[in-house]
Amino acid sequence: MRLSRIARVTLGTVAGVILALVYLPLMVVLVNSFSTSTNLTWPPPGFTLEWWGRAFRNAGALEAIATSTQVAVVATAISLLLGTLVSLALQRHSFFGRDAVSLLVILPIALPGIVTGIALNNAFRTILDVRLGLLTIIVAHATFCIVTVFNNVVARLRRMGTSLEEASADLGAGVWTTFRLVTFPQLRSALLAGGLLAFALSFDEIIVTTFTAGSGVTTLPIWILDNLFRPNQAPIVNVIAVVLVLVSIVPIYFAQRLAGAEQLQK
Amino acid sequence: MPRAVVPRPRETTARKLSVFLSKHARVRLALLLSAPLFWLGLVYIAALAALLVTALWTVDSFTGKISQTWTLDNIVTVLSGSLYQAVTLRTVGVALLVTLIDVLVALPIAFYMAKVASPRAQRLLVIAVLMPLWASYLVKAYAWRSVLSQGGIFEWLVKPFGGESPGYGLPATIITLSYLWLPYVILPIYAGLERVPNSLLEASSDLGAKTGRTLRSIMLPMLWPAIIAGSIFSFSLSLGDYITVNIVGGANQLLGNLVFTNVGAANNLPLAAAIALIPIAIMIVYLTAARRTGALDNL
Repeated sequence: MRLSRIARVTLGTVAGVILALVYLPLMVVLVNSFSTSTNLTWPPPGFTLEWWGRAFRNAGALEAIATSTQVAVVATAISLLLGTLVSLALQRHSFFGRDAVSLLVILPIALPGIVTGIALNNAFRTILDVRLGLLTIIVAHATFCIVTVFNNVVARLRRMGTSLEEASADLGAGVWTTFRLVTFPQLRSALLAGGLLAFALSFDEIIVTTFTAGSGVTTLPIWILDNLFRPNQAPIVNVIAVVLVLVSIVPIYFAQRLAGAEQLQK
Repeated sequence: MPRAVVPRPRETTARKLSVFLSKHARVRLALLLSAPLFWLGLVYIAALAALLVTALWTVDSFTGKISQTWTLDNIVTVLSGSLYQAVTLRTVGVALLVTLIDVLVALPIAFYMAKVASPRAQRLLVIAVLMPLWASYLVKAYAWRSVLSQGGIFEWLVKPFGGESPGYGLPATIITLSYLWLPYVILPIYAGLERVPNSLLEASSDLGAKTGRTLRSIMLPMLWPAIIAGSIFSFSLSLGDYITVNIVGGANQLLGNLVFTNVGAANNLPLAAAIALIPIAIMIVYLTAARRTGALDNL
């Protein structure tokens, strides 16, 4: 298949228009974070830096960001561990019930969040009798984050094949040494990509979080939901969203660069 | 000829364990699987099962507490109530439309990323697609509320051409949900396109196939699992959403809203659990159908 010049240009234009549409609402968020109007009037009547200043002094927002980071870091760590284990099991072994296990990993993300939310809420309160709090959020988030790590690692394991691992074993390396020196280095960028998605998923999750957070813990999405409809807070929410997008460029860029460097080596 | 001497490793405990493990694949498998299965089985499957059981109980109307009397009343109410039927149809309709829009939008941009753009542009495009995921879901939904509001930027843009904003309602909900889940659909389709080897496409055109024929007969069958995989995200995420419809949907209700009010305001967990069976059943049908295409390996 050789695409004509016209087809290439058309595709490029369509892709450009789609990206522009994707960024239009984000631009609105950016502009509104400088707007003197608190009720989203377009075009903005005037510009101010007031919200940016207030956002960085807003204790509630900063605390919520810290809470969300804590939850996302621990949930990502758990999902990296469990996701890698289950990927190795499914990709390097064949056994009865293999399909059922892969369905089990996908289920927490494939079933709607509200189902996961009320199921976990009910289980925590009535069966396990634990108090809702930071720990229950982490458990819930780790459960649906496993799948993002799983997807990335399974795809990588499939592409890697087993020849290098077998060569390592033939040369006398034990199970641990092979994993440390052969398997893990090849998995690194897949783990980074999966971990990043897991972190983003956890950091932004609101539905399951609502049902597993209890009253004492405020993650960032919960704080945002509480403040979104308050005229004096909404612009601060916009500032935080802009900062998050800007900060996210750094890890995404490094993940991409690592993946790109590995592709060049092949 | 001198032979290479492989040094004999020392017989440490780790080494012994390693030898044992490399001889016993089943033990290795059991060790790998035990932690994830323990977690998913204990946390998730047990919780889901408990929820399903709750659907068969009722709420004592005096105390407001769950009484464990077995009854099919909730299930019957949900299956026969016209409200539930209407909302289910509306929700499935919204989820299908959102999925269709997302796939149609994702295909050209994913195709451009995977097959046309230079490696450098490709990397930048992946970043550009991933970045909006980090702007809060709520902020994005609220941004659409602002875009579609009266006197908002949408009206401001289309007014010169005689258009008007759809306002808040189901169309706004569909637009916003499509927007929110778009990256989740682009990524698997892009990954799927990357796996289609260029050599196959070239072979097809060398054998005389026009671009349309190559796309239809070579590309699409190979890409299909990835498309279905992407659709699982947009479909299931739309199926359970109740927050976006609150923000831009006006007075419209989706299944998620019914579950939410019954858990919260109405304090009727058994009925909420019975309603939750609807999206569970729909997703199980969807996943079963998706599994036949091999989509679950492409998520």
